Amino acid sequence: MRYFYYPGCSMSSSALEYDVSTKAVLGELGAEVVEVEDWTCCGASTAETVSFLLSLVLPARNLALAERMDGDGDFLVGCSACYTNHCKVGEHVKRDPRLLDKINAALSIEHLTYTGKVRVRHLLDVLANDFGPEAIAARVKRSLSALSVAPYYGCQIVRPYGLCDDSEYPTTMDEVLAATGAEVFPYAMKVKCCGGVLMTTKKDVALRLVGGLLQAAKGADCIVTVCPLCQMNLEAYQGDVSRYMGEDLHIPVLYLPQLLGLAFDLPREKLKLERNMASPRPVLDKLA
Amino acid sequence: MTQEILDLTAPTLDRSFLVALAPDEKLRTCIQCGTCTASCASAYAMEYTPRQMWRMVQLGLKEEVLNSKTFWLCSTCYSCSVRCPRGIPLLETIGALKRMAIAERIGPYKESINFYRAFMDVVRRYGRVDELEFMTRYFLSTNIFSIIGYVPLGLAMLMHGKVTIKGGLRMAPRLVGISGAGRLDALFRKVEELEAEQ
Ligand code: SF4
Ligand code: SF4
Repeated sequence: MRYFYYPGCSMSSSALEYDVSTKAVLGELGAEVVEVEDWTCCGASTAETVSFLLSLVLPARNLALAERMDGDGDFLVGCSACYTNHCKVGEHVKRDPRLLDKINAALSIEHLTYTGKVRVRHLLDVLANDFGPEAIAARVKRSLSALSVAPYYGCQIVRPYGLCDDSEYPTTMDEVLAATGAEVFPYAMKVKCCGGVLMTTKKDVALRLVGGLLQAAKGADCIVTVCPLCQMNLEAYQGDVSRYMGEDLHIPVLYLPQLLGLAFDLPREKLKLERNMASPRPVLDKLA
Repeated sequence: MTQEILDLTAPTLDRSFLVALAPDEKLRTCIQCGTCTASCASAYAMEYTPRQMWRMVQLGLKEEVLNSKTFWLCSTCYSCSVRCPRGIPLLETIGALKRMAIAERIGPYKESINFYRAFMDVVRRYGRVDELEFMTRYFLSTNIFSIIGYVPLGLAMLMHGKVTIKGGLRMAPRLVGISGAGRLDALFRKVEELEAEQ
């Protein structure tokens, strides 16, 4: 299977460990991953505060670049915010076909055309549906049965469109995790918001939201995420959150492909666990 | 919860507020069920809950809504949007509120406005966002002292190799003023032209 991979800004800088482990796991599963040439920022949740049209044109530019590449393939995204932004283009054009002309009028300045022929896929969607739990289980060299893992989906992978899983009670990550032998922790907060950008603009509100997420994960050995922003909010502020909530809420937080990489026994430099800000040591000790 | 009495005979009511924000006018069909508020993780910190805000939009209380922090506290989680029994695209309307507040330069939420502006400046200039550069730009634009609260995080990120100080001192001139052609200047300008045509 072939994918046009869009790393996005976070995965090519602060969340490089997600990028590297994603490519390693997909490689192990036999996928062909080609990076979209000359991609640019999708506008995050910010472009729409400047202009609605810009919030569609920025992701459409990347999709148009993928359409221009050789061969067939889906547009693969690891960051949930980037994923929703790229899905948004097709969803809006479906609702209002006149938008297509406007988007292309803007893209003409870069000699690009967007038609919508490339399908947008999230990493989790690809792992769960293109490969599936059986293919994943078949690659497991080290069972994770010693671990209880809380699957954190977050918001923008399942909302608003719910294209790859249920918006209220998704289960695909549970299935992928179970395939590694891990016990799936019953995680009631799996789709509650981590505060996203509020961690920078309104920290006390975000600390409380993350506090709730970490409290609900008590009893699990780690939390697993599929988005750099979720990962950052869950792992980087655990000291602040513990003080704010008045209890120790430290817990390892791993990206899904990092955990799969442990199960596949991939070389450590492909997982880059030393970059995780909440120490993954307790997880590694349990598996040792 | 305290009740606030709003004067609906006030001359400041703006009846065109709703249409300006949500041209499809679906917002008129809101039944005030409160599902949006119940779904909203940051509602507790808002001065008007989402349900209250939507009613205020219907009534044309433009000044009150735009001067509130309610919509700046939205974390774009889409919970209200997927649960609203009327199928109103609520988050799109929140996006329109942010645009209107920024365009009309109202609202008490300088941090958010600076954050969004600094981010888009970097996108326009470089095409991609280098997080360290962006955060520096953002903190410089707000209150230089606010950066102190993030220093421990910055150091931890350096230690984990999450940020690198690329080019060292070369950063300084890049941060001072944006001049010359940006990577996405032409595209941004074209979008501005197209939007002006409407
Ligand atoms: S959920 Fe929808 S219908 Fe119910 S109060 Fe909110 S906006 Fe109105
Ligand atoms: S999208 Fe915004 S307003 Fe709606 S529930 Fe989420 S945080 Fe609240």
